[in-house]
Amino acid sequence: MGHSAPKIATIDGIADEIAGVLGASLIETVDHADELSFTVARDDLVSALTALRDRAQYQQLMEIAGVDYPERPDRFEVCYHLLSVTRNHRVRVKVSTDEDTPVPSVTGIWPVAGWLEREVFDMYGVVFSGNTDLRRILTDYGFKGHPQRKDFPLTGYVELRYSEEDKRVVYEPVKLAQDFRSFDFMSPWEGAQYVLPGDEKAPAAPGAPTPAPAPPPPAAAAPASAPTVDKPKVTEKPADTGAGEPANTEAEKKSARAPRKPKAETATGEGAAVPEAPKRTRTPKTPGGDA
Amino acid sequence: MADYLEKLDHQINADDPSYGDTEIQNYTINFGPQHPAAHGVLRLVMELDGEIVERCDPHVGLLHRGTEKLIEYKTYLQALPYFDRLDYCSPLGMEHSYVLAIEKLLNLEVPLRAQYLRVFFAELTRICNHMLNLGSHVMDVGAMTPNLWLFEIREDCLNFFERASGARMHSAYFRPGGVHQDVPLKLLTDIADWLDTRLPRLFEDAISLVADNRIFKQRNVDIAVVSKEDALKWGFSGPMIRGSGIPWDIRKAQPYDVYDRMDFDVPVGTNYDCYDRFMVRVEEVRQSARIMKQCLNEMPEGPIASFDRKVVPPKRGEMKRSMEALIHHFKLYTEGFHVPAGEVYVATESPKGEFGVYLVSDGTNKPYRCKIRPTAFSHLQAMDFMMKGHMLADTTAVLGAMDIVFGECDR
Repeated sequence: MGHSAPKIATIDGIADEIAGVLGASLIETVDHADELSFTVARDDLVSALTALRDRAQYQQLMEIAGVDYPERPDRFEVCYHLLSVTRNHRVRVKVSTDEDTPVPSVTGIWPVAGWLEREVFDMYGVVFSGNTDLRRILTDYGFKGHPQRKDFPLTGYVELRYSEEDKRVVYEPVKLAQDFRSFDFMSPWEGAQYVLPGDEKAPAAPGAPTPAPAPPPPAAAAPASAPTVDKPKVTEKPADTGAGEPANTEAEKKSARAPRKPKAETATGEGAAVPEAPKRTRTPKTPGGDA
Repeated sequence: MADYLEKLDHQINADDPSYGDTEIQNYTINFGPQHPAAHGVLRLVMELDGEIVERCDPHVGLLHRGTEKLIEYKTYLQALPYFDRLDYCSPLGMEHSYVLAIEKLLNLEVPLRAQYLRVFFAELTRICNHMLNLGSHVMDVGAMTPNLWLFEIREDCLNFFERASGARMHSAYFRPGGVHQDVPLKLLTDIADWLDTRLPRLFEDAISLVADNRIFKQRNVDIAVVSKEDALKWGFSGPMIRGSGIPWDIRKAQPYDVYDRMDFDVPVGTNYDCYDRFMVRVEEVRQSARIMKQCLNEMPEGPIASFDRKVVPPKRGEMKRSMEALIHHFKLYTEGFHVPAGEVYVATESPKGEFGVYLVSDGTNKPYRCKIRPTAFSHLQAMDFMMKGHMLADTTAVLGAMDIVFGECDR
C-alpha cells in the first residue's frame, strides 16, 4: 500500500508530453516519489512556464521555493510548483542561479509570483529581473544579509532590545549565554573523518607528532599456573557464564565447608581461571564467614 | 466672504479651473499593526481617496520567527512542534502536511486506525478553525453575539484536543508513522454526542442570526468579487477558490489518508464575493461534522502507529522490558531517524486552503530544506486588487473572509 500522502494519479506519457512542450529549454527530467521535476535553462524560464500554462494546462503557480547548495557553482535553485486543476496534476520546474545572475521574473504570467519572488530574494538574495517591487518581505526593515543561506548562522548577527536610556529599540551584536549545541550523529565506528575528542594525539591525526609505542605489558603479570585457553572466552549462553542451578548447589556445598581451602577449586569449570591465591597472613576470625 | 473667496482663489485646480475648487490630495493611512480587525500583526499601508481605497500595500513579516531555518537545525521529529505554531488556529492541519511529506519520502505505511484518527482530528481542527474565523468575520462587520456562541464550540474543540493529546492548541499529535497515542473510547463517544447535539444547536443558532441578516449582507454581498480567472492567477486555494466558483478541494482531488473513503460535498460560491466565502465555510463545517461521523462509524480497532521501529519509537511499557526497544527509543529521541535523499512537495487541504511542505532531504537525520507554503501569503497578496475601489470600512470584511493567521503567513 505504501504511504498515505495525497494520491495524484499518474498520467501516462505526461513526462514526454511536457518534454515536448518545453522543447530545447529542458535540461533534465527527474521522476522521484511520483513527482516530476524539470530543470530548464534559466533564460528560457518565462517561455517554458508560459508554454506549461497555455499548452499543458498548468494554470496555477502555487509556490516558489529557493534552495541553497553552497558546493555547486550555481548555488541557488529556484523551484516553481505548478498545479493543474483541470488535469489534477502537479509538476515542479527548477532553474539554478548564483548570487549575481538574475532569474527572469514570472510576474507577467502569474501576479502571485510577486510576493513569492520577493520572499526568495529576501531569504536567498536571488535577484529577479522584471519584478518591479523587489523589496524585502519577511525580515525586518533595514535587515542585512539573507537568512536562509546555508552560511548564515542560525542565531543571526544582531539582536534588538528596548533601551531605557535611549527610549528606543536598539540593535546590538548577538551575545549568547550558551553556545548553540549542534550534535553530530556520525558514528565513530562507521568512518567518521574527524579527530575524536580526546584522541587528538592518535597517529591518524594530521600534524600530531607520532607518539612512542607503548611498552609491552610485563610478562610477569600472567600467572604461571593459568590454564592455556585455546578458544576465546564468550558468554553467549547462560551455561557459559557458569551460573545456574548446578553452580548454585556446588557453591552451597563449598560454602558449607570450613575453613576455606587456600587454593580454590575451579567449581565453575574451565571458564573461570583463578590465579594463585595470595599467601594468607592471618586466618579469618569467623570460619567461612566470607563465603 | 470676500476674504474667503480670495483664499479659494489660490486653490483653483489648474486642470479643470472652475471657481471655488479645492485641491484635495490622497492621503495614506496605516491599518494596524495593532488593530483588532487586523487578525494579528498586519500592517496595511492604504492610500485613500476620501473613503475609497486606491492602493493597499500589506506589510507582513512582523511575526517572522525563521521557522524554516530552525527546522534545518532540528531532527525530523523535533521539527514537528514548529508546525503547531505556524497556524495556531488549526495546528493539526499544519502537522498533517509535514508528517505526510516525511512518510512519502520514507514510503512508510500507516495503520488504518491512525489514518482514521488523523482524518477525524483534522476535521475537528477544521471546525475549530472555522469557528474562530466565522466568529471574527461577523464581529469585524459589526455583530457581537454569534462570535460568543461560536467560541463556545471552539472551547469544546480545544477541550477535545486536550483530552486526545494533552495540549489544547499545540498538540503535536500527528507523528511520522501514525499518531502519538490512542484516544480513549469515552472521548470518541463524547465527541459523537457533541456532533449530534451541541454542535448543530449552537452553530445553526449562531449562523441563523447572520446568514439572512440584512446588515450582514449589506456588508458582504458584492464585496471583493474575484472571478475564476483571477482566483487561478493569484494562486487561491481552499475556501477562497471555492468561493470563486471553482470546485477544487484537495481532499477530493488528491485524497490523502482515508479521505477517499469519505462521502462529503464540496460547496462552491455563485457570486464570488465575501458573502460566498463566508457561506462556503459555513457549509464546510456541516460537511466536516459529516466526515467525523463517518470516521466514528468506520474506525477500526488496531495499532495507531507504524511498527517500523526505525521510525516510530516503541511505547514506554515495551521499552521497560525489551533491550531492543530501549535502544530504539534512545536512538530515535537523540539521533532521530534518517530519511532517504530526495524531495517531495506535499500539499493538504488545511482549513484555510492549500498548505504545502516542500521537503528536501539529503539522507541525514535533519531536513536539508523545508519550505512551507502558507495559504495566507497568496491570499493576502491579492488584497491590493480586491480592495481597489472599495470603501475603507470594507477592509475588515475582505480581511475576515480571507481567513489569515500571521503565524502561518510570516513563519
